[in-house]
Amino acid sequence: MSYRRDALAIYALWRRDLLRFARSRGRIVGTVATPLFVLAFLGFGFSGARFASIPESVGYLQYLVPGVLGFTMLFSASFSGLAVLSDREAGFLKEIFVAPVSRTAIVLGRTAGATTTSLAQAVAVTGLAVPLGFRPNPLGIPLALAVLVALSVTFIGLGLALASQFHDSQGYGLVVNFLLFPLAFLSGAFYPLANLPLPLRAIGYVNPLTYGIDALRAALIGYSAFPLWLDLVGVAVGATVTVAVGTALFERVEAV
Amino acid sequence: MAAIEVEGLTKRYEDVVAVDDLSVAVEDGEIFGLLGPNGAGKSTLINVLCTLLAPSDGTASVAGHDVRSAAGAVRSSIGVVFQEPALDEELTGAENLAFHGRLYGMSRPQLRERIDEALDLVDLAERRDERVGGYSGGMKRRLELARGLLHRPEVLFLDEPTVGLDARTRRDTREYVRQLNEETGTTVVLTTHYMDEADALCDRVGILDRGELVALDHPAALKASLGGDAVRIAVDADPDPVAERLRQFAWVDRVAVGDEAVHVVVDESDRRVPALVDAAAELAPLTAVSVDRPSLEQVFLSLTGRAIGEAEAAGAASGSSAGDRERESGVVRSAGDRDAASSASRRGDAESRLDEQDAVDEGADA
Repeated sequence: MSYRRDALAIYALWRRDLLRFARSRGRIVGTVATPLFVLAFLGFGFSGARFASIPESVGYLQYLVPGVLGFTMLFSASFSGLAVLSDREAGFLKEIFVAPVSRTAIVLGRTAGATTTSLAQAVAVTGLAVPLGFRPNPLGIPLALAVLVALSVTFIGLGLALASQFHDSQGYGLVVNFLLFPLAFLSGAFYPLANLPLPLRAIGYVNPLTYGIDALRAALIGYSAFPLWLDLVGVAVGATVTVAVGTALFERVEAV
Repeated sequence: MAAIEVEGLTKRYEDVVAVDDLSVAVEDGEIFGLLGPNGAGKSTLINVLCTLLAPSDGTASVAGHDVRSAAGAVRSSIGVVFQEPALDEELTGAENLAFHGRLYGMSRPQLRERIDEALDLVDLAERRDERVGGYSGGMKRRLELARGLLHRPEVLFLDEPTVGLDARTRRDTREYVRQLNEETGTTVVLTTHYMDEADALCDRVGILDRGELVALDHPAALKASLGGDAVRIAVDADPDPVAERLRQFAWVDRVAVGDEAVHVVVDESDRRVPALVDAAAELAPLTAVSVDRPSLEQVFLSLTGRAIGEAEAAGAASGSSAGDRERESGVVRSAGDRDAASSASRRGDAESRLDEQDAVDEGADA
């Protein structure tokens, strides 16, 4: 009974996220346009650039697309986690918290919804990168999808953890500037970590996004800085930690 | 079985006691009103009862389930309409209800049936597929009422269900609540700081002040505790002989003279006023007759020594209360000088507030 109810609740939350996403044309355009701009500007701007640590056979656009996919997951999933705060401001969080649904089901529902919409964005970005010259390895797509899901889960956990620390969405700007941008730039998304001085590189090595993007490269373009097994362990550890912390903190969030 | 049982409930925030050692029982099927100024602890009490806040001390059970040890069972048994709207404005009315129904474990056919039924009940069937963001305040409220009832709760909590609505929507909302209670037998617990609302809607009223329950009874009984109705007969002559004549009626409680009028306190004024008027008219030309029935506002005043508006303003640093200003400018009507002068001035304050309220109602109806 309770499992059935939780399953229905997860479905309800997932459906709500999809409806909201599908209705908000601005959000669809914005979430696909931003990574696409990054891709186009950096991809063309650095098209002739060479990085010592990347083999010559890997063009910059090939290198960049998996990075932009990771960047997309980072932003869209973190914001979905943080959306708890918008729900609180709209009063809707009470409607969810007063229902006979476990917090775990609420977390799972939100994760399911955000992962679906983030994946849709990643697929759209990948599709739009093909005309720009991106040539992914079709056999690597299933693995890439699995990594994208893991990254989405990771950053939803991060978003939930952050949401439990702020009382309203005023903190969004701080999060973007002091957490999400550093995470994006210290992940090897746009250039190899090897180019960075050691202290910054060290941060990159504990950033789960680093391993996620490297795994995406392994899957899609057959190049990676680390062995694939290390990437997968890094992604799994990152997801476990942020989800555990995010869920634990979210348990204590009060609606009023 | 009582729908709600509260024993020694206390809710403390850091240094504020929002609910203080409160005990109360709400009967199955009744409409129970919690009346009090903002900050009296009404919403805190509701939030504890619907498991959104944990009590600091004491026990509370809803529909037979303890709010602490059986929060899940409590949540399944209750419906809540919060003070602030809690709808997803991106979704349509029907989608908001469907979301809610699924959280309460409803299957698809059941959902379809209940949503149609609920939307019909609150007259929103035609707007079901519009986004809630485009609804008026009254429509949102009605949708929330429908949602609160969708899963057939045993107890429905309404936290200030009519605050922020215009007079007409307020009256409609009350009508819906009454209808829902009659048709479904759902126990309704509502908070309000509108005296007339508690009076018109509730079977029993608990008056809350500073986290404590200061009175609990039927609205009529609470009002009866103040004594009878105040009748004011204004005369265009010396009022003393009129007062003398009216004192001779055995059923007259008190008679006083002032303000070129005779003030009489009687029970059952509806029945007695004709006799009073006839007797007075024999001695002097009458210029006005008015009857002032006791209101819950006055009950609150007599219990706490403050008008409900004053209680809300308490803490705000202001030189003179609204009542003082009104008295200086001579606006206050001395409708009921039934008691000592000191309380009469305070009551004047209370009544002028009620009059304002009525004026607003009429203005909005026009």
